[in-house]
Amino acid sequence: MSAPSDNMPVAVAVPHAKPMLVRHLPYFIGAAILVALAATVQVDGYVHNILMQATTFAIAVFGLSVVLGLCGQINLAQAAFFGLGAYVVGIGTSDYHISYWLCLAGGCIVALLAGALLGASTLRLGGHYLAMVTISFQQIVTLVMINAIWLTHGPDGVSNIGRPDLFLSAQSYLAFCVAMLALVGYFVWHLADTRLGRAMRAVRDNELAAGVVGIDVFRTKIYAFALSAVLGGLAGGLFAGGFAYVSPDQFSFAESVVYLTMSLLGGVSSPIGSAIGTGLLILIPEWLRFLKSVPGLYLAIYGLSVILIIRYMPDGIWGFISAAIDRLRDKVRAPPAAASLKLMPATVGGDIVLEVNGLSKYFGGLKAVDDVDIQVRRGGVHALIGPNGSGKTTTLNVLSGLYKATAGRILLDGTDITDMPPHLRTAAGLGRTFQNIRLFRSMTALENVEIGAERPGNTLIKGGDAALTERAMEALTFVGLGARANELISSFSYGHQRLIEIARALAANPTLLLLDEPAAGLNSTEKLELHELLKRIAAQGLTILIIDHDMTLVSEAAQHITVLNFGRRIADGESMAVLRHPDVVSAYLGTE
Amino acid sequence: MDLFLQLLFTGIGIGAVYALVALGFVLIFRATNVVNFAQGEFSMVAAYLMVVFAVDLHWPYWLSFLCALAGMALLGVIFNLGVYYPLRHRSFLPVIIATIGASILMANSVLAIYGPQPQVLEGWFETPGIQLGPVYLDSQYLLIIAVTVALVIFNYWFFERTMLGKKLQATSQDKEMASLLGISVSSMIMITFIYSAVLGGLAGILVAPVLFVSIQMGSTIALKAFAATIIGGFGDVAGAVVGGLALGIIETFGAAYISVPYKDGFAFLVLIFFLVFRPQGIFGERVAEKA
Repeated sequence: MSAPSDNMPVAVAVPHAKPMLVRHLPYFIGAAILVALAATVQVDGYVHNILMQATTFAIAVFGLSVVLGLCGQINLAQAAFFGLGAYVVGIGTSDYHISYWLCLAGGCIVALLAGALLGASTLRLGGHYLAMVTISFQQIVTLVMINAIWLTHGPDGVSNIGRPDLFLSAQSYLAFCVAMLALVGYFVWHLADTRLGRAMRAVRDNELAAGVVGIDVFRTKIYAFALSAVLGGLAGGLFAGGFAYVSPDQFSFAESVVYLTMSLLGGVSSPIGSAIGTGLLILIPEWLRFLKSVPGLYLAIYGLSVILIIRYMPDGIWGFISAAIDRLRDKVRAPPAAASLKLMPATVGGDIVLEVNGLSKYFGGLKAVDDVDIQVRRGGVHALIGPNGSGKTTTLNVLSGLYKATAGRILLDGTDITDMPPHLRTAAGLGRTFQNIRLFRSMTALENVEIGAERPGNTLIKGGDAALTERAMEALTFVGLGARANELISSFSYGHQRLIEIARALAANPTLLLLDEPAAGLNSTEKLELHELLKRIAAQGLTILIIDHDMTLVSEAAQHITVLNFGRRIADGESMAVLRHPDVVSAYLGTE
Repeated sequence: MDLFLQLLFTGIGIGAVYALVALGFVLIFRATNVVNFAQGEFSMVAAYLMVVFAVDLHWPYWLSFLCALAGMALLGVIFNLGVYYPLRHRSFLPVIIATIGASILMANSVLAIYGPQPQVLEGWFETPGIQLGPVYLDSQYLLIIAVTVALVIFNYWFFERTMLGKKLQATSQDKEMASLLGISVSSMIMITFIYSAVLGGLAGILVAPVLFVSIQMGSTIALKAFAATIIGGFGDVAGAVVGGLALGIIETFGAAYISVPYKDGFAFLVLIFFLVFRPQGIFGERVAEKA
């Protein structure tokens, strides 16, 4: 831990931020060149088909990189969503002579609705449910394509699929698809750094912590899943126009597996990886055509590849390459300097920030917390102490919404938060840290704290990403880690990770900060520094509710103490008086 | 009414197969907290082993049966060492993906070797069945039901009454504590994989004469069995059995009274219904994460 004087701004050069469109100009120039090439260079039909396939498949695989790579949710029905888009365009243009554009939009909407419904029914549950449900959905879609002959023409498939008048020739249509690919690629590439993208990554890294920093976990997962479905539908619609013919076997479970393998092979977390994987898995089978003579052999190899990639190259080809590039470049940039952190806790209610009445939490017959009252005064440090198993952490978990209260009422600044899910409590002004540190481990310290700063209801953040970064830097500088903001979580010591967690909570500018055993696992110097930090926080008027075993820390930092034992409140009041209370002494030291 | 009883019997027979595979799911899930997506392929591979031994090589049925089960035990070992064990310290998503990869590998390897034509396997008994009043009891279905009942009893006895069963339970509940008590966690996990591969294989061998032996039978059975575990309550042994039977009956009646081509879709509809209205299943899943 660094000394408190580290609060001084760190002198580093501030990189001049160019407008985003200028920085991204090379991408658009590159994309424009590709589109122009696709529109002008003459290729034979075979090569054209391969390019058409690669372009549309890549868009579908981008969808997987959103849901699986960014959000960590599995989707084994991407071929079904692809098929929905393809069939809507196919049936619409060929049987009903509806405009191609309407059909393409319709295909996206159908895929979106299917994805959102599927997600809404399953995403509250564990990942294995999602895997099985998406496989089932895939099977159902195939069943319908084969059996609903009146609509889909059954196994014969749909032919004479139309294209838009604007892109009637095969070549111009390919150029159009490449342009779409470039647009979708741009969108997916930058999604990671948007608010939604950060939320998705937070959910992937640690669902529990994501909820506690104010992210609506369920909704974020549904967005990711629906987005992936839409990209599948869009890709399918483009595919149908490109080949003018679709049949059920093009959208079977085997194809979903192919998409998954493409995504994993290239690297699931980046659209570049998706493009690499798609390109390779379309080209390799073309080069090794003799393998195609044995049915099943290809997919068997894909299955084996999936196992091997997961085991030996979990980040895929692009993950491997980009890690090597990062090592060469020594990427960790020094962060910009930051002003000192301002905490302006909201003051809506009266003198009591947190009012807990008759709070109980039972696990079956066990009364972990039993009829507890707590009043936390504004601007003070309030400690909740008690022997092991007395119900302290359970109380904190009920307060932050990880557990549902069996009985009782919780008022935060006058708002009843008893029945709110964690992210709404955070929006209402609650911040917390965890006893066993819960950071988003694949991100940098700065990104972790930015997610905290992004708390809905944080009135201090006005105006986009720059303000967010500034706020996060202030918070990191406040805890003494400003200079290391761009390092990954894994490179920090245990004590520093704890400080990052505190910075994440502080950046959100909470009304009340819950600290769950912040001193646990710290050495004596670190404990002293923690104490200093608490003083600096309290000096800005932020109310703190702290749980800890360290009596020195508690008695020096807290003005007010509540003592729990066996889930019940046995003492409450001004620090020194409580610590001398005979019940408290006997709870800690035993009775004679 | 006659048709009703006949369908009920068939439904219970099919349901018993789902129950057996579901049992395999549940055992692996409890031991490793991982859902094995290749569980259905165990059934498929075992059915093909039976075809190899009993049909192609003309071995006696009982010998083929024993060899097929031994082959499944070996497959369980290979599966554990090749797929699960190297990933045991990773989060659940890589493990799930690896088991999906394994399922694809197994199904398509068999396809590459045997081709897409479904194979036929004779039933165990010469007698096709017996007429009991209005209901015709197919001997293979009777066998399936009998084996399932016997296995459920065996399971209960094994996990509740034997030391090995208790060690397996201890491992599934708390691996670290179990290893501190001197239980070899890795061998317990190995036993679990062998046992569930054999269990899945048994289901495949039993159901093979009723269905055709095909590449798709694995994934079809696995989906139904998974739906059965959700309906029963994830991770619950009794739930897997009840869910499997319920699903078999629903599906058989659905096919008879509603639609044959969409027979495989009913499981999915029931599954969605449960996910939306009672995700914890009939018996309830124990889910809790400590903050």
